[in-house]
Amino acid sequence: MKVLVPVKRVVDYNVKVRVKPDNTGVDLSNVKMSVNPFCEIAIEEAVRLKEAGVASEVVAVAVGPSACQEQLRTCLALGADRAVLIETDEEVQPLGIARALQALQAKENADLAIFGKQSIDGDNSQTGQMFAALTGMPQATFASELVIEDGKAQVVREIDGGLQTVKVDLPAVVTTDLRLNEPRYASLPNIMKAKKKPLDVTTPAELGVDVSPTVATLKVEPPSERAAGIKVETVEELVDKLKNEAKVIA
Amino acid sequence: MSILVVAEHDNSELKVATRVAMAAASAIGGDADILVAGSGVDGVASQAAALPGVRTVKVADNPAYANQLPENISALVVEVAAGYTHVVTAHTTNGKNYLPRVAALLGVAMISDITAVDSEDTFQRPIYAGNAIATVKSSDAIKVVSVRGTAYDPVAAEGGSASIEACDIASDAGNSEFIGEEIAKSERPELTAAGVIISGGRGMQNGDNFVLLEGIADKLGAAIGASRAAVDAGFVPNDMQVGQTGKIVAPDLYVAVGISGAIQHLAGMKDSKVIVAINKDEDAPIFQVADYGLVADLFKALPEMEALL
Repeated sequence: MKVLVPVKRVVDYNVKVRVKPDNTGVDLSNVKMSVNPFCEIAIEEAVRLKEAGVASEVVAVAVGPSACQEQLRTCLALGADRAVLIETDEEVQPLGIARALQALQAKENADLAIFGKQSIDGDNSQTGQMFAALTGMPQATFASELVIEDGKAQVVREIDGGLQTVKVDLPAVVTTDLRLNEPRYASLPNIMKAKKKPLDVTTPAELGVDVSPTVATLKVEPPSERAAGIKVETVEELVDKLKNEAKVIA
Repeated sequence: MSILVVAEHDNSELKVATRVAMAAASAIGGDADILVAGSGVDGVASQAAALPGVRTVKVADNPAYANQLPENISALVVEVAAGYTHVVTAHTTNGKNYLPRVAALLGVAMISDITAVDSEDTFQRPIYAGNAIATVKSSDAIKVVSVRGTAYDPVAAEGGSASIEACDIASDAGNSEFIGEEIAKSERPELTAAGVIISGGRGMQNGDNFVLLEGIADKLGAAIGASRAAVDAGFVPNDMQVGQTGKIVAPDLYVAVGISGAIQHLAGMKDSKVIVAINKDEDAPIFQVADYGLVADLFKALPEMEALL
């Protein structure tokens, strides 16, 4: 069974981003970039499937600029067998990424595609579902548990009110939630080995897809700041303020 | 303009999130129809028809839609969406599940999690865990939009009298199957609909101590939430999580107990009207957004607070 894991290069989880003074976006110059945390969970899950003998090959793929090779190497160090970069310097949006991945899937014929449930930059939560729609695959999003059995994936999903279990026919799309696993750290020997693993580069044009976006960002602004309030000294004072000043409790 | 609002419900009750989506539809302007897809949903259809501002309620009542399987729902919505300029739904785990499929099948972008409508094609949405607000403009023929549950006040539950018509499109992809659901049963209000929320963080030390929040929640009619740290530590289940990767809430009163205030948590609650923080660390970042901060040991403060309410 072949597993495709699309990953995204994003600003590191620990970086506090700042909006550019000209309001065209956030300032990403000289900030640390990483594999999107949910994509890291996706890689980990795929690698665990391989270690369990369920998967035979794990292919990491990214759509974006040449710099994404850095994140793909991280995926190789974490245990992916090979990587593909669909290189473009254009801004790519979820539908464009899904189309590029659909074209790649037509060649790869993966049995399972594991995506992160959302990227921590755009916070869209769309790409996995869009890829599933375009390829006609069923999907199990926000997975906290994944079992492959008899040509199907049984997935426990984290939904608003609790947990839901679904079974989908392979090939299928799974998107990861936080509790699916805890990703490992890449060991130094594996980082060295990753340098020798294959990383192919193609382009949307070579794959015959148009990835141009249809949504324009007009401006990006900082959120309205919330001013700090006051410190109260006692619980009594707190309850009094809530009742008589804020009037939020009776 | 004509807008198709897809209802969020559990086959018996129309969720508040649908009324928020309706409010966003009104902000876009034009005629709004509601699609109710489910199984045995006569009651939900009547509730939808009672919302003010709705033109027609279209009801797709079929066992294939009983559990909102996204393969089936998305195919249905795509068929019904023909002729509309907008498809709008709530940005819930259900909306997030099927709506991107709808957009991809229509060959258009989706605009997720909007917090404001600027015009028929221009919307505001938070990015980077709410650390920036992007204003985006879609050039697609159909705008596919999901609405944050705190973006607008919900439209009234009653006052309208839309016509109800059956929609007999049956789409069953047959490649997915619903096995079961464990929905947390609680007498308390849902997090996303609660007027008061009291949340615990890592400072609660363990799951048993959440009982200290329950007494207060009972007195205030509050929902109980948690930070990601408390969920990751195994104190409480994930459906209680408030934050970037959990639920986004904006109650009248949010009480954060033993929560340090990581940006990912703030992303989920900083639009609350009044924020109270109780933490023994006076330098905790949560105090920077709190209207009322109390530097105290929560194990002393909570019982005292319960006694005073």
